[in-house]
Amino acid sequence: METKKWEPRIVAFLCNWCSYAGADLAGVSRYQYPPSLRIIRVPCSGRVSANMVLDALKSGADGVLVSGCHPGDCHYISGNMYARRRLALLKSLLEFIGIEPERFNVSWISASEGKQFAEVAREVTEKVRALGPARHLVKDF
Amino acid sequence: MESSSSKITDEIRAEASRLLSSGEVAAFLGFVPGSLPMTVRPFVARSSEDAARLVWNSFCVMNLANYLPEVLKSVEPPRGPGDPEPEGPLPRVGVLATGCWSRNMVVQIQENRIQRDRVVILGISSRGMVDRKKVLARLGGREALKVEEQDHSLLVSGRAFNEEIPRWEVVRDNCRSCVHPDPVIWDIMIGERAGDRQNANRFAQVEEIESLAPEERWAWFQEEISSCIRCYACRNACPLCYCPTCFVDDSRPQWVGKSIEPVDTAIFHILRAYHCAGRCTDCGACESACPMGIRMRLFTKKLEKDVLEMYGAEAGMDPETPLPLSTFSPDDPQDFIVTGQESPKSTGDEAGRSGEVSQS
Ligand code: SF4
Ligand code: SF4
Ligand code: SF4
Ligand code: FES
Repeated sequence: METKKWEPRIVAFLCNWCSYAGADLAGVSRYQYPPSLRIIRVPCSGRVSANMVLDALKSGADGVLVSGCHPGDCHYISGNMYARRRLALLKSLLEFIGIEPERFNVSWISASEGKQFAEVAREVTEKVRALGPARHLVKDF
Repeated sequence: MESSSSKITDEIRAEASRLLSSGEVAAFLGFVPGSLPMTVRPFVARSSEDAARLVWNSFCVMNLANYLPEVLKSVEPPRGPGDPEPEGPLPRVGVLATGCWSRNMVVQIQENRIQRDRVVILGISSRGMVDRKKVLARLGGREALKVEEQDHSLLVSGRAFNEEIPRWEVVRDNCRSCVHPDPVIWDIMIGERAGDRQNANRFAQVEEIESLAPEERWAWFQEEISSCIRCYACRNACPLCYCPTCFVDDSRPQWVGKSIEPVDTAIFHILRAYHCAGRCTDCGACESACPMGIRMRLFTKKLEKDVLEMYGAEAGMDPETPLPLSTFSPDDPQDFIVTGQESPKSTGDEAGRSGEVSQS
């Protein structure tokens, strides 16, 4: 049977002011990175709620990436600092109930870090690829 | 000998009656006996006759903080949305508080749910509440018709049986792991303050699960919630859950389906627990309210452990300290941040790979 090679699907919540611009820069600078990311632009990493992360996993994402400005660089001063606490707890809780920690990722990428964006995209994709398709929180609609 | 609970009952009645008849409070929130043995129900006393019905015992498992905002509202003069604030101070409400309930009241003060000067708190150092389900399990189907409480045991009797159960063995899991039995805020103390309790390891239940392999943890989680009927009694019992529209009721987006499909139930439990992060006092009301015996407290206990380990904070210990998730420190741990440094180096292969897959 001929099957299309499985590619992980990763939902990436990127903050408008840094990481989204970083992704843009990766593109215009022609850095290659895997086509696994589905990018959702959010105003700030502080906007990303646990509900959104779980919704992505429920809808069939094999992994989730949340990326914002580096600490100290948030456009709204401290959105990413609150996000850091919240996302750390979410990651730990998901791990506690048996979700592989590699499926939920957080990174800081500035608007000038196109290359870093490509590297993070690759690292996250490869980690998720090693795990295989998500099974636990995926809902069949 | 008079048990400590009945002594506390007498003192509560006397204080509540004094507060109500002097007009110091317009209502007093406590408990009256329930219709079955080992149950009580929350009760709002509005006169000293009412106050004579109040009780205190080992079955006061619901968290009174949950009802406090509504009772406060009920004693305010009615006013419409645009009407000005009434002149002068608003009527006050008296309420009982153990360690955890008082900490929930602190959280309510921090979240602007209640005002400190409108509540008169009768503080009680909790000896731990009894888990009715544990008692029922020990009876193995025999019906308890009467349960008499002594300081260190329960005398359970029914048709053709009498049984003495050591009290501590049937105390709730959260109370067994409690370290702060004393109220952190109070106006009148009923009985002695006990001081912080020594507890070898209050997170033992959590650590046991943490030590499992990931797949075992998932199996445990699925098993734990498998009987959930999504009645939301756990949410309704919790003083932290006061969102006008809970996420379970949102329809656009629909965060969680209405069915009892395992994925929906899992997401409900993950998010309900998560919404209590840094706020939960491990009062155990959620678990006590559950008709199916689900131990959803373990999820919030894990968050409690993480918040303490990562941010050195415990919910509701001090009205002056912000809630752990409403603040941050520049040096918060971030070893989980992905940097891309572990990424395989870019090769020509990468380009080929992206060319080969066409995503629709
Ligand atoms: S109270 Fe129990 S059965 Fe009801 S929703 Fe909560 S966990 Fe499920
Ligand atoms: S579960 Fe979450 S959304 Fe629902 S009432 Fe509680 S805190 Fe609010
Ligand atoms: S989540 Fe449960 S234990 Fe925590 S405060 Fe709410 S009712 Fe109490
Ligand atoms: S604006 Fe980028 S993280 Fe807040």
